[in-house]
Amino acid sequence: MSQANQIKGKIMEELKYIGKSFPRIDGKEKVTGAAQYVDDLEYGPNLLHTEIVESTEPFAKIIKIDTSRAEKVPGVVTVITGKDFPYKFGLYMKDRYIMAQDVVRFVGEQVAAVIARDPKTARRAAKLVKVKYEPLTPVFDQMEAIKKNPILIHPDLGEYTHVPWFYPKAKTNIAHWKKVRLGDMEKGFAEADVILEDTYHVPRYAHCCMESHIAVGKLDQADRLTVWSSSQSPHTQRHLFAEALAPLGFTHKDIRVITPFIGGGFGGKAGVTMEILAAAFATKVKGNPVKVRWTRAQEFYNTYMRQAVLSKLKMGAKKDGTITAFEISNYWDAGPYVEYGANVVNASGLSAAGPYRIPNVKIDSLCIYTNLPAAGPYRGFGYSEMMFGVESHMERMAQKLGMDPVEFRKKNAFKGGDLLVYGAPMNANGFDECIDRVAEAIEYGKKAVSEDPNKVIGKGIAGAWKGPAMPPNASSSAFLKFSEDGSINILVSGIDMGQGYLTVMAQIAAEILTVPVEKIRTENPDTDRNAYEWQTVASHVTWSCGNAVKRAALDAREQIFETVHAAYLYDKSTLYLEDECVKCTIDPEFSLPLKDFVIDGIMVKDGTFRGGPILGKGMFMPEFSSTKSDPETSQGGKPNVHYTVGAGGLIIEIDKETGKVKVLKVAEAFDVGKAINPDLVNGQILGGFMQGLATALYEDMRFGENGEILNPNFTDYKIPTALDIPDEIIPIIVEVPQNDGPYGARGIGEHTMIPVMPAIANAVEDALGIRIKSMPITAEKIAMAIKAGVKEVD
Amino acid sequence: MKKMITFTINGELRSVEVEPNDILLHILRDKLGVTSPKIGCERGDCGTCTILLNGKSVRSCLMLAVEADGQEIITVEGLSDDGLTPLQDAFIKHNSFQCGFCAPGMILAATELLEKNPHPTKGEVKEAIAGNLCRCTGYEPIIEAVLDVSSQSN
Repeated sequence: MSQANQIKGKIMEELKYIGKSFPRIDGKEKVTGAAQYVDDLEYGPNLLHTEIVESTEPFAKIIKIDTSRAEKVPGVVTVITGKDFPYKFGLYMKDRYIMAQDVVRFVGEQVAAVIARDPKTARRAAKLVKVKYEPLTPVFDQMEAIKKNPILIHPDLGEYTHVPWFYPKAKTNIAHWKKVRLGDMEKGFAEADVILEDTYHVPRYAHCCMESHIAVGKLDQADRLTVWSSSQSPHTQRHLFAEALAPLGFTHKDIRVITPFIGGGFGGKAGVTMEILAAAFATKVKGNPVKVRWTRAQEFYNTYMRQAVLSKLKMGAKKDGTITAFEISNYWDAGPYVEYGANVVNASGLSAAGPYRIPNVKIDSLCIYTNLPAAGPYRGFGYSEMMFGVESHMERMAQKLGMDPVEFRKKNAFKGGDLLVYGAPMNANGFDECIDRVAEAIEYGKKAVSEDPNKVIGKGIAGAWKGPAMPPNASSSAFLKFSEDGSINILVSGIDMGQGYLTVMAQIAAEILTVPVEKIRTENPDTDRNAYEWQTVASHVTWSCGNAVKRAALDAREQIFETVHAAYLYDKSTLYLEDECVKCTIDPEFSLPLKDFVIDGIMVKDGTFRGGPILGKGMFMPEFSSTKSDPETSQGGKPNVHYTVGAGGLIIEIDKETGKVKVLKVAEAFDVGKAINPDLVNGQILGGFMQGLATALYEDMRFGENGEILNPNFTDYKIPTALDIPDEIIPIIVEVPQNDGPYGARGIGEHTMIPVMPAIANAVEDALGIRIKSMPITAEKIAMAIKAGVKEVD
Repeated sequence: MKKMITFTINGELRSVEVEPNDILLHILRDKLGVTSPKIGCERGDCGTCTILLNGKSVRSCLMLAVEADGQEIITVEGLSDDGLTPLQDAFIKHNSFQCGFCAPGMILAATELLEKNPHPTKGEVKEAIAGNLCRCTGYEPIIEAVLDVSSQSN
């Protein structure tokens, strides 16, 4: 290597911005109240307000809607019913209308809407809308819904449009049936020394973003529709609005979606739910912006809930700990509309056997319509739900085999290059390191005794994995532009719902362009101006949009070098960037600050200029991904771009009288490939753990006899407060690089919830000898089990 | 039935006409343009609408606007005339927020605590912010920020 290239090489290999815990670039805005969310923007004095008339029936025909009295209330601008918008929408399956047409399918479904000059008038008038129903027999339990001759929630299911990788069963309540078949099950179970079979149940949960869903729509006099929404998916929203409203003459060009800061997402703000109402209503009140804001109660029942699952598992293993066969049936209660939720069933179905190498696998993952509220994506996308059963089962199998549960998991864990159950190769990963370090952190295997005779201590551990669930052509793109002072704006359309995306994108651009992070802004999305992003879901934006931003920065750098080459004639291969300057390996004296030319260009001898505004662009599409596979076996294709693996372990103390669980210590380790910002990764571990703990111990959704949620508020649906946190939490970052990730990074965000439910169940058994096979493990459930003296709780 | 009320908001005396049943939170946001108190649950459960009323943290969603007549209100917009407070700085340093929706209320609750008790124990910090929900951070980074400020002060 020449001396010149050595200089350049040295600069290149030292990472100045990647792997460093820079403070969040949105920090000042968020601590001063400057950060604006949809409800904080000004829409002017002609803003209209909406009140929804909701179904009081779980399943019924709409016979008549009388809006006449509501229309007469002074201040009411218009009253809308479903018939005003007989259009379907949906991301993966079009099974839902903008508002109910002839049938309602859950309590709370939107039947009519009053639009008025002020919210109080809208509320008062909505009470005057009279709806006459003819009740049908509802079904609330997914196992009931798939019995012979069921009542059909969607009699026309066979005619619905959907993505090609869904397999709805016409004339049933099965909206999608994902099947995986590998090897020979009979042989696999015949080879087993031990077979363990059991059923696990995970109920519904709510996301509980602090900001509820909100959208404001405005159709201006020139027929341009703008929607401001609190969303994870501005471009996908524009696309779905354009699809649904096409009969009214709208095209993509006519629609603009703007997403400022959002107050949490957790999957609940993915795709389109209530935002379609603001888009549609705006078309009826031209010239007036119209706001639809969900109350806390509506936030529970009329966006998505997390789907419930009943998992029937049967595993066979040899005495030496080799798993020989795993048969899995996951029955998902998905609610009456599964336009997004069916993909939860699909994605988690592909991975339902966990991060383990098993030669014989049979998976059935069924998306089942019920008359509970619509359910769909939630942080973890089905993996938290189905991994509760898998990791409870793994623990119990290890016990039956007399093996250390950590060794049992490691013995069977996928290594890089192993073939997954659908035939594609697993990525290189640090599963073993994650579980070892977690076990070490909690001194797993070493019995601890409480000082209090009424309390017992238990330890639990669980593995986790998850791949981004996305279509094979989900892409990201980025624009990057300079200002006169050499500062940068990155125009992308991912959402920083808290994970730190804006900061991480700035760090990636900083690394390539040697511009400090504090001189870079990453902009919130506006579909008119920012580059395309599919959605901020699947924990994929660091990886996918990170690649796009990296390419945009490299594109900008190329333009910078071309400009310098055009003005100074240095060969481009001799140029490099350092400290916001262009430098040259063959001319150590040469140093040209970026700010001197990134807008105005460089003047040459004759007074003319070379170059001009530097404007980088980058795109990333996972060109190796494919969902083409055999519908009966899922063999073929590469539906998951990679998996992030990890493990969680915890020490709990249980009060034997009250059943109350206190978490003494937690460790979670995840292989993130490369932590671009370690503090932000740790933030995902802390926050995701707590959200997982809430589902395991506290959150307990209850339904009435009409399938209506009984506790849609924070008084009765308990999410954790600061008093509920563990005494000690140890985040552990493992880094086995992702070869196609920016600087080796892969996704982290959803994953940190996944090990918590089974780790708690495993710790409860360790402490009390009681195996609890359903969530949540409330104090009441533990206390009742102790009182009854049982060893297992269904 | 409308009534003119006058109160001090972030150091400025302002008057506004309100209905007797208007909620303070809505008046602050919609009539006065003070948007850091957020609408989270509108029933006193979550704390995103927290303000300091005469130095005490209260939920502006549970208070009628007319009750604010003659009082003094502070929100994060008015916490400091000059840059950020040490607590706001500590929130940035410790990543004490993610989505940021709870941050204004959380900062006010913690500000009140540090005013009354400059050197709280970890347990006292937890108690003080237990009425403010955060779904993102798991609370630990918030507690760290408050204890960090406490350890820096005399």
